Order: sequence, then structure tokens, then C-alpha cells
Amino acid sequence: MTHRPNDLGLEKYRRMMRIREFEAVAEAIHAAGEVPGSLHTYTGQEATGVGACIALRDDDYMVGNHRSHGHPIAKGAALGPLMAELLGKVTGVCKGKGGSMHLSDFSVGSLGETSIVGSGIPVAAGAALGAKLQGTDRVSLCFFGDGATNEGAFHEGLNLAAVWSLPAIFLCENNGYAVSTPVSQVVSIPDIADRAKSYGMPSAIVDGQDVDAVEAAVAEAVARARAGGGPTLIEAKTYRYAEHAVNMGRVLRDRGTEVDAWRERDPITLYKARLTANGTSLEAIETIEREAKADVEAALAFARASDYPDQLAAFDDVFVDRLPIPHYLVN
Amino acid sequence: MARGSYIEAIRQAQMEEMQRDERVFIMGEDIVCNVFGTTTGFTEMFGKERVRDTPISENGFIGASAGAAMVGMRPIVDVTISSFLYPAMDQIMSIIAKSRYIYGGQARLPLVIRSCLFYGNSNAAQHSDRPYSMFMNMPGLKIIVPSDARDMKGLLKAAIRDDDPVLCFEDSTCWSSKADLPDDPDFIIPLGEGEVKREGTDISVIAVAGGVPIALKAAQKLAAEGISLEVIDPRTLVPLDRAMILKSVRKTGRAITVDPAHQTCSAASEISALIAEQAFDALRGPVLRVATADTHLPFSPAIEKALYPSVDRIVAAAYRLVGAEHRLPAQGI
Ligand SMILES: Cc1ncc(C[n+]2csc(CCOP(=O)(O)OP(=O)(O)O)c2C)c(N)n1
Repeated sequence: MTHRPNDLGLEKYRRMMRIREFEAVAEAIHAAGEVPGSLHTYTGQEATGVGACIALRDDDYMVGNHRSHGHPIAKGAALGPLMAELLGKVTGVCKGKGGSMHLSDFSVGSLGETSIVGSGIPVAAGAALGAKLQGTDRVSLCFFGDGATNEGAFHEGLNLAAVWSLPAIFLCENNGYAVSTPVSQVVSIPDIADRAKSYGMPSAIVDGQDVDAVEAAVAEAVARARAGGGPTLIEAKTYRYAEHAVNMGRVLRDRGTEVDAWRERDPITLYKARLTANGTSLEAIETIEREAKADVEAALAFARASDYPDQLAAFDDVFVDRLPIPHYLVN
Repeated sequence: MARGSYIEAIRQAQMEEMQRDERVFIMGEDIVCNVFGTTTGFTEMFGKERVRDTPISENGFIGASAGAAMVGMRPIVDVTISSFLYPAMDQIMSIIAKSRYIYGGQARLPLVIRSCLFYGNSNAAQHSDRPYSMFMNMPGLKIIVPSDARDMKGLLKAAIRDDDPVLCFEDSTCWSSKADLPDDPDFIIPLGEGEVKREGTDISVIAVAGGVPIALKAAQKLAAEGISLEVIDPRTLVPLDRAMILKSVRKTGRAITVDPAHQTCSAASEISALIAEQAFDALRGPVLRVATADTHLPFSPAIEKALYPSVDRIVAAAYRLVGAEHRLPAQGI
């Protein structure tokens, strides 16, 4: 058994707060022009990522998507290399080659945060196949959005996992939209979870704002997968507060008062209330909040103090061996 | 060392590597029933976990090979005909080629995707592709194009042992060709090493896959007329043995590239550009491409064959380079 924090309740709160703080800083430095490229924030979906990852073991696998910041933090990654990656620094978790859409820390079991919609799903099935062939009881969990469930890769990956009874958990973070398109406009059934039926796969629908509920649903799927019972599709109904990507200079879709309604059920506020109702001291909670802020500030300082990669690093990691350097880049 | 066919070489390479390393497994459509004869006896030897029939889901199972490779397995994916790679372009181009890079070297993808070049036999445009050059345009994929049975065995074994993703293109026009197949379980041909298949002095012919046996026939024919061709087989397109190609062209001063792919942006085009850029001073004439015409491949045998590289087209190109066009038959080629 790998290390599990003693107080899982506080640990869940800690991880959600770290995501919330990380995203607040990420958005601010992106607005200030410090982060190149686009930024898809996870704010509002913290309970989905944390609830799922807390139900996994450290050595279980995880694959995610372009909305990549929350998943590694939920799985326990260090913040410094994630922040440095946003700035394109050599100390970044991907050495500055991935950026915001690909915050993927293999040391916590990640096998990629991939920005081609749906493309992580077959990979996660394959990791589950690998775990099975190796005779381990590891499982593989894949995060993807509602939009991804209209990709062929979703259907091929789920079918493959089902017919081979692979230890995989497919976790759809249904945040209601794919960019500007509401899910109801592009999926002809009310619940994405029902798509599991066509693969003979068990499914669950869960309140994505409730970290305990997500944890319970994923824990059940994980137990089944470890015991050889095959894959599960879980649909977490959640919401992203920000636009599809932040600081784009225009609103892609006016969501009216809907955002406020969802903020009423903010996953962190809800969980804080549950913790205090169950007797956790406000002091313990506030300590976690302060630490999360401080950790993110330290991560930012680390990222800012780090160097950019050397130009020649562009030729590393295409293959295991470095590629030849073109003459115009050799001094 | 016994003689064996190109197909037998594939079978032996896979079998030996599966015996050597239990992380190696093979999957694809109808693998167990063994359509082309590359997995004869495998289920009995290795069981159905390691010899795995898949649904018709190329994007799904090729992507799954990436996931399995990332967690320490070494998959061989048999995609039968190379035209079936297209539904899996998503996983090949976005995941397999790029994961190692995007994640800053954290991912390792030791996998082999095998598929055959199934042209020249009235299979019509959707089943006659030779798409390796499309993949040459994508960094992160190694590509082998063996032209004989011995090379197939050595290169495929090297590919299975390689820690990067390798696409293996198997030319069906070479399927029945035979060679001595070394029994040494560690016989491998390193990726990136070409071979001089025939030495010559007048013209370098750099030929790819099924273009190689044709070039050798052309060389034999022209030798009788006193024109000496040097036939180079790069064997691996990525990485490409540039040094061997340039050395030969510097020696002969003339070059023809032969490639069964469509001419535009073919391997022949890339090799021609390499020669023009780096051996221009040694050239005594233009670099000529003998590739497949830029049209689809028709079903009717009456009009399919003439579109591919042929001995006659190579001979005509050679005549042009040595200033002997007058030797061409009156109707031209
Ligand atoms: C194959 C592909 N098509 C289109 C896009 C552009 N794109 C990026 S994110 C996105 C929406 C994805 O929606 P969803 O899967 O629901 O995830 P969410 O962004 O809502 O978290 C689109 C269309 C892409 N990255 N990949």
C-alpha cells in the first residue's frame, strides 16, 4: 500500500485549494502577458479532479486533456514545475515543451494531458491493457470533457476496454459546454453516462460539485477494476466558471445568470461547510488555505527565477537520442 | 542459415523477439487466424493474451499500443494494409509521434506499427497506398522500408528493440522473395544504415522498398550495354543514411531516385532535394525521380501497372543522364 495522507478529508480540501489558488495566479499572470499561448482554467471543477484522484493509488495511471492544470495537482504533483511549465521554462514539468494544455507529471502516474479532444481515451485503455498484461492491479483513469464523447476515439476506446475487460475508469467531466456549444445541442440523450450501455459497461452519474460523492463513485469503479470486473464510465456533472479559455478578449457565449447559480454550489464552499459541520476546526481549514496560497506563490517565484530552455533543446526528446542540429542553429 | 521468404522473415523476427522479451506482444485484426502468414503458430506458442485479436478500431488499438508502451510494454501492432492507418492518424500523429516531446522526455514509446504496401494487383485506389512519405513529414516516427527478406528480419528485430516508435512498411511486391535468414537471435540491422545493393560507377540509383529489386534488374540490363548503376537502398527512411547517399553521388556524379510512392513529396523527392542541396557541385546532370504518377491507382490491370516505377522507366532515366536517349525505343517510355 502506498502512502495515504492521514486525514483524507483535509487532504481533499488541500488539493482543491491548491488548484483554486494555482488557477487564480495563472489567470492573473496570463492576463499580464507572462504566460504564452492559451489558458484553459479548471476553476469550478476542483471536486471532480480531486474526488477522482483521491480514490486512486499513487501508482495508478491517469490521462487528461487540454484543461490540464487541475489533474496533476489533484494527483499530488509539485506546483513549482507546473507553474514553470506555464512560463515555458526549462524547469517546467515538460521542460517547457508542453505548456498550459499539457501539464503532465509522469512521476505521479500521469501518462499525458493531451490537447486533441478525445485522444487520451485510447491511451488510457492501453495503459490499462499494459497493467493487465503485467499482472499488476493498477488501474488507469481518463479525464475528458462532454465534447470528447462525440469523438470516435471515445467510442473505440470504451469498446476496447469493455471487450477486453480492462481496469479502466472513464471519467467524463461534463461542464455543460464544449467551447461555446452546449452539450444538449450535440448529444441526443440527457445523460452521457447512458452511452456506457452500448458497451455493456456499468456507469454512474455523480454530482461533480461534491468531492465525496465523486470519490465514492470512483472508488467503487476502482474496486471493480482491480478485482478484474472491467471498466466503468462515470459522468460528473460540473461547471467551469471561466470562458473556455481565459483572456480571449471576447465572450464566446453569454451564459447569463447560470454562472452565479453554479457558484452557489461551489465545490470548495460546499466542502468547507461539510468539514466544519463534521467538527473540523476553522483554524485547521484556514491553515490549509494559507499554505495553498504560499505554495502557489513559492511556485511562481520558482518559475520566474528559472531559465528558458536552450535553443538546442528543441531537438531533444523527439526520439530517445537527440536529433542532428541544423547548421543555421549551430554557432 | 536457411532460406526464407519476406513473410517468413517477418514471422521469425516477431517470434524471436517475443521469445526473447515477454514485454513484446502483438495485436491487430484477425491476428489469431493469421491472414498473411506472419503469425503462424503464435497463439500456440504465446497464448491469446500476447497474440491479441482486436475490434476493427484502428484509432483505438493503435492508441492503446501507445498507452501500453508508456507503462512498459513493447507492442507490435499489425495493421495489415497501410491504407488502414488513416483512421488512426489521430493517434499516430498526435499521440505516438509527439508524446515524448510534448512531455519533455517523460514518455517512452517503444512500439512498432506494421502495415503492408499492397499495390500493383488491382486492389483499386483505397487499398493500394504507399503512404510512408506522409509520415516522413512528421518528426518523431522512425520508418523502415525493407526490400528483401534478410533486411526485413534484421530491421524488424531492430525496430522491436528500439525505444522509439517505428513504422514498418512491408512491400507486398517483395512478399515471396527469398533470402538466407540468419539464425542468430541477435542478428539485427541497425536503423539508419543503408546498404549498397550493387556497386557501380556511372549513376547512383537510390531506390526505396519495392523499387530496389526493379532498380537491380535495370542495373543488370544496363550493364550489358556498358552503363554501370550503383544501387543504394536506404532501408530506413527515418533516420535516413544521408552519408551513404551523398558518398555514392559524389562518386558517380549522377542520381536517379526510385520510389513506389506518388511522386509529389515522396521519399524520392526528399532524397533528390538532399542531393541537390549537398552534392550539387558533384552533379553532371539533373537528379531524376522515377516514382508513381500523381493520380489514383485504377482497378483495371490494363491501366494500373504503367503508373509505377519500372525497369523501362529507370533505363530511360539512365539514358537521359548519360546522353543516350537515342537508344530509347521509338514510341518512348
Ligand atoms: C480533435 C479536436 N477538435 C477540436 C479541438 C478544439 N477544441 C479544443 S477544446 C474543445 C472543446 C472540448 O470540450 P470538452 O471535451 O467538453 O472539454 P472542456 O473544454 O469543456 O473541458 C475544442 C473543440 C481540439 N483541440 N481537438
